[in-house]
Amino acid sequence: MRLELDLRLDRPGFSFRAVHTGDLAGLTAVFGPSGSGKTTLLRLIAGFERGQGHLRLGPSTWQQDRVFVPPHRRRIATVFQEARLFPHLDVAGNLNYAARRAGTTGRVADLARRFGVTRLLDRPVTGLSGGEAQRVALARALLTDPALILMDEPLSALDAAARADILPLIEALRDEGPAPILFVSHARGEVARLADRIMLTEAGRLAEEGPAADLLPRLLATDTDELSVLTVTLAGAEPDGLRPLVFPGGRLLVPDLPGPAGRSTRIAVHARDVMLARGNAAALAAQVSALNVIPARVVKVEVQAASARVTLDCGGVRLLARITSRSAALLDLAPGQDCLALIKSVALLDD
Amino acid sequence: MTLRLAALVTGLLLLIGTPLAWWLARTRNRLRPVIEAVTALPLVLPPTVLGFYLLIAFNPRSALGAAWVGLTGQTLTFSFTGLVIASLIYSLPFTVQPLQAAFAQVGRAPMEAAASLGAGPLDAFLSVASPLAVRGYLSAAVLTFAHTLGEFGVVLMVGGNIPGQTRVVSIAIYEQVETVQYAQAHVLSAILLGISFAILLALYLLNGRGTAR
Repeated sequence: MRLELDLRLDRPGFSFRAVHTGDLAGLTAVFGPSGSGKTTLLRLIAGFERGQGHLRLGPSTWQQDRVFVPPHRRRIATVFQEARLFPHLDVAGNLNYAARRAGTTGRVADLARRFGVTRLLDRPVTGLSGGEAQRVALARALLTDPALILMDEPLSALDAAARADILPLIEALRDEGPAPILFVSHARGEVARLADRIMLTEAGRLAEEGPAADLLPRLLATDTDELSVLTVTLAGAEPDGLRPLVFPGGRLLVPDLPGPAGRSTRIAVHARDVMLARGNAAALAAQVSALNVIPARVVKVEVQAASARVTLDCGGVRLLARITSRSAALLDLAPGQDCLALIKSVALLDD
Repeated sequence: MTLRLAALVTGLLLLIGTPLAWWLARTRNRLRPVIEAVTALPLVLPPTVLGFYLLIAFNPRSALGAAWVGLTGQTLTFSFTGLVIASLIYSLPFTVQPLQAAFAQVGRAPMEAAASLGAGPLDAFLSVASPLAVRGYLSAAVLTFAHTLGEFGVVLMVGGNIPGQTRVVSIAIYEQVETVQYAQAHVLSAILLGISFAILLALYLLNGRGTAR
């Protein structure tokens, strides 16, 4: 769905500006340092703050000139950092609160089951654990039949176990897509795992928006630590315990990786963990103790004094290698040249 | 007469005080401190000062008093209606302050949640803010009732002491003491003391049980 926003908020000591037009689908992570305006962007979109400018999503205009559609008429569901359940109602009461107003009472039982809160329905909300409360809040938000789902750090107040519980639920929401999701987070791991696209906020403005695969390397890398981010699918474990990770460029084997086959996840490959070779892949595998040999084509070679950064294309996926300039010269690497990338280790980006 | 006055004033003040307290608890308007100060004035002013001004305002020769006479054919001074209006002003802070504190305690978070679930402002107020502020309503009602029950100065100034119309218990006691009828004064005083203590005790018991939970 097309999102068009041009919003400005001026408050004493803080101002925020966001201009962006683009298609919104799946999960877009809003990432940036604290105080850079992540939450402000969400609150402007929800209508909790009234700024100047315009805001449209698909066929709905929520703000333009003098028109300001109040939050309750925006068909936006917000999941907050704290669950914000109503303490004077029990769990069922909280779900029905949303369902009655959106005319979705027929879906309460279904959504309660989906978020695993069926057995909590007659419980007061004050007795719920953080994870339980947040699952109720997610079910409640979906009962509003939203056109857009906003999530403001919904996992940051939870312990690791509860987070591991809820992450797959958010992934399922992203993949089944009842509505696009804007997900504010300051946790790189969450962004790496969940995001299809990323919005970066910086010093009170929306600085950049793009596909996660393009922006993640920059989020995750420090100056001396360049890396590539690959989206991979888990295959079934091999008899010796190694787990194949399939991506368009080939297959990587990693030890001791849990998770169901077919699950998609993201991994980081540090540029200094990629060696380059010429020759035949099968022959090389018999001579070197590296399992992960991926055919690649050189896109670019940047020589910086003694070291060189080589950009590779592996089946359409970009991979960076950091080697010495002498190796680059010895291998005669040039754009268009075919070579082999030996990947020594990968890092999982899940929390 | 006393109980009728207190009940009527309490009911009316809850109606008037709710929007005022809600506005005070949520607004960023620069006028807020001014309104807050005006609302709190009856707490610190001697009742005779308030009563004096009201007496002047209610006077049939004043604009307000004359308008009232024109409208209803009755004077505000030395009437039950006048007494009610005076008590509304006199007891206003006892309604507004507990309500304002309760609404502030509710905060914006649940209201935003309600809005995100499709509840408009009035809907959210009735379905979320009011139930969450129920303790504030209880305090406001009890304090207003008890305070109106015990008022004296304003009543004396505005209402006078007309049996069956404006004579309330506190005035009756005053008159009995003046006329050295100590026995009757004892009875009425004891009744007022008992009622007031019972009301406040009930309030604090309810509040205490709430916080202990």
